[in-house]
Amino acid sequence: MAKKMNPVAEGFYALGKDITDIGVTFADGDWKTRVSYLIFGFGPLMRGQIVKGLGFLLCEAAFIAYLLFFGGNYLSKFNTLGTVETAKKGRVTVYGDNSFLILLFGLLTIILIALIILVWRMNIRENRKEELLLRRGMTLPSNRKVLASLLDTNFDKTLLALPVLGIFVFTVLPILFMICVAFTNYDKNHQSPTNLFTWVGLENFSKLFAFGKTGFGSTFLTVLGWTLIWAFFATFLNYFLGMGVAILINKKGIKFKKLWRTILVLTIAVPQFVSLLYVYKMFANDGLVNGYLIKWGWITSPIPFWTNPMLARITIIVVNVWIGIPYMMLIATGLLMNIPEELYESARIDGATPFQMFRSITLPYMLFVTGPFLLTQFTGNLNNFNVIYLLTKGQPQSMRLTDNAGQTDLLVTWLYKMTVTDTNYKMAAVIGIMVFLVTAVVSLVVYNMLPSVKDEGGFQ
Amino acid sequence: MKKDSGSMKRNRLIGNTITYIVLILMSIIWLFPFFGLIMQSFRSYNPAVEYGGMVDYIIPKHFSLDNYRFLFSGETNYLRWYANTLIIAVCVSVLQTIIILCVSYALSRMRFKGRTFLMRFWLVLGMFPGFLTLICLYFLLKQFGLTQAGAVPGLILVSVASSGMGYYVCKGYFDTLPIALDEAARIDGASRSKIFLILTMPLSKPIIIYTALVAFMAPWCDFVMASYIAFGNDKSYNVAVALQRWVWTNDYQGYFTRFCAGGILVAVPVTILFMFLQKYYVEGVTGGAVKG
Repeated sequence: MAKKMNPVAEGFYALGKDITDIGVTFADGDWKTRVSYLIFGFGPLMRGQIVKGLGFLLCEAAFIAYLLFFGGNYLSKFNTLGTVETAKKGRVTVYGDNSFLILLFGLLTIILIALIILVWRMNIRENRKEELLLRRGMTLPSNRKVLASLLDTNFDKTLLALPVLGIFVFTVLPILFMICVAFTNYDKNHQSPTNLFTWVGLENFSKLFAFGKTGFGSTFLTVLGWTLIWAFFATFLNYFLGMGVAILINKKGIKFKKLWRTILVLTIAVPQFVSLLYVYKMFANDGLVNGYLIKWGWITSPIPFWTNPMLARITIIVVNVWIGIPYMMLIATGLLMNIPEELYESARIDGATPFQMFRSITLPYMLFVTGPFLLTQFTGNLNNFNVIYLLTKGQPQSMRLTDNAGQTDLLVTWLYKMTVTDTNYKMAAVIGIMVFLVTAVVSLVVYNMLPSVKDEGGFQ
Repeated sequence: MKKDSGSMKRNRLIGNTITYIVLILMSIIWLFPFFGLIMQSFRSYNPAVEYGGMVDYIIPKHFSLDNYRFLFSGETNYLRWYANTLIIAVCVSVLQTIIILCVSYALSRMRFKGRTFLMRFWLVLGMFPGFLTLICLYFLLKQFGLTQAGAVPGLILVSVASSGMGYYVCKGYFDTLPIALDEAARIDGASRSKIFLILTMPLSKPIIIYTALVAFMAPWCDFVMASYIAFGNDKSYNVAVALQRWVWTNDYQGYFTRFCAGGILVAVPVTILFMFLQKYYVEGVTGGAVKG
């Protein structure tokens, strides 16, 4: 086994070994072990391992009860998502199948089946372990010890149990559900429980890339384009300006450093819905900025900060700089102090100008250290809901764009509108998958280009 | 030689002056919206003298507490919204911190099967946009009766349930604590849980405060989830959802100064808290940025 295998081959190899192991355990095992193949935890229970045995047995019992009384029914309708329509008999509505619940609980059942197979495997492994220990003449750990290990060697299981369960129910299951929705016709004409929805294959995806009157193609590309432009500017403008401000404040001989920082940090401290909604009103047509400009006679009619598409985009980016500079300033301040002073000293002796020093010392260092941070900022900005939604709600609207998309909509705000306003869940799910793909691709590509990943000790 | 140092001094003086000018200009820009917010919250609402809508000047002609009086008068559910947000923020802050600490400790200190798989899996999960699952979460919560009237516990549940995925900064901090301490304690016979509670926790004060602070501040801006889950039930709104209606909806023409007053009442305590704990926040974000 010295040769390194590729992951796929390795996976098959492990699976093969697993199956052999299951067979060996059965052939080699005593009757207690063999009964355990059907009744989980039977072996451990008979050998006095009450805690473990009961645990396995309870898992099996709970699963069977779930399947019989709840999940099985949903699972059997999973391939059609329900056939019985809701009908009105006189004044009484007789509810038929609920596609939403069938999809959700059908999915849950499938996952639980996979999990119970895993538990079954663990149960077999436990039996094998116990048998081998006993054969070697050793004693099994007492039940008290097994429980105590949950606070010691198995403490990770105790710590992670609740978080993993929470993430499973409130993140994993919903995401899988929405991925499935992307392959159905779940929208405002197919709302459960009154209407059924069903599988439609790749129809929604072809609609997304169709460039006709009914297609989403051109709108999708416009929104995607603006999302990328926005993320680029929001990330790099804030990055460089924030660093610049940090350098200004750090400069020798500048007094009240703490005061300047505190003033800037206000935008982080004040909840964004207060500050951004106020700023939105400030730049409105009847807002303060236009009001003063008109009063001073600089302009005669209000500048359409939010209603002109181009201007709205620029204003959003500028306001985002107002929000983002302080954050970057805080980070840069701490990092700039880590740069060894000797580097600057020797550069100064060589007669370097401040700009040269910035370009060949400060910037490379900062880029090296904050590479991963920049990446997370970028992907975060791709999904920066608050700034866009609190400022423009994605408006101004445009005739060229379908499905309520506005000129400043990001993919996420568009997705939000589809879910909340249009109840066009199927397309929202498709857009969500697209956002995931964009984020994943950007992350993968950039991550492998990062200097700090390529060359871990580069600056030490 | 003398002349040279003189010109250098002059250069530095000019440089500093420019820096000061830039900083002062920036301060004005940064403070201006907050100044405006405060001023407009004090504008009189009495239609005989002034009005609560948009105007083109900052300094009110008549200072009054009309808007604040309105918020406390019980004409709207403002106090209820405020209480809702506070309850959510406190609960989320406490529970989320506990969960993040548990996850971070397990991932940083313990080596178990599936550890890297778990971390990679969560990383990939994080690439899905959060609002994708909005409708599914809504129906999940509805099954438990945690929407509309029960939106406050529902929101707490949703925010806390998935918080384990936000372990990065905290784990990064734990990684910097010397592992030799843990090993020494284990040789002395301390169990993992004892080490976690008695050794690691006291050393982690900065990161605990940072985590709790960030978790506390997030619900004040939570708009999407809160509005969707509380849908149409005025009494379960949080301040962000309720006040944005006063700005966005045309039915609330003239509520602008009331929004300003409501916003001030939200912003002042949160800002003061933040300023007190700023040191820990800076440590947290800087550490998080470097480790990525």
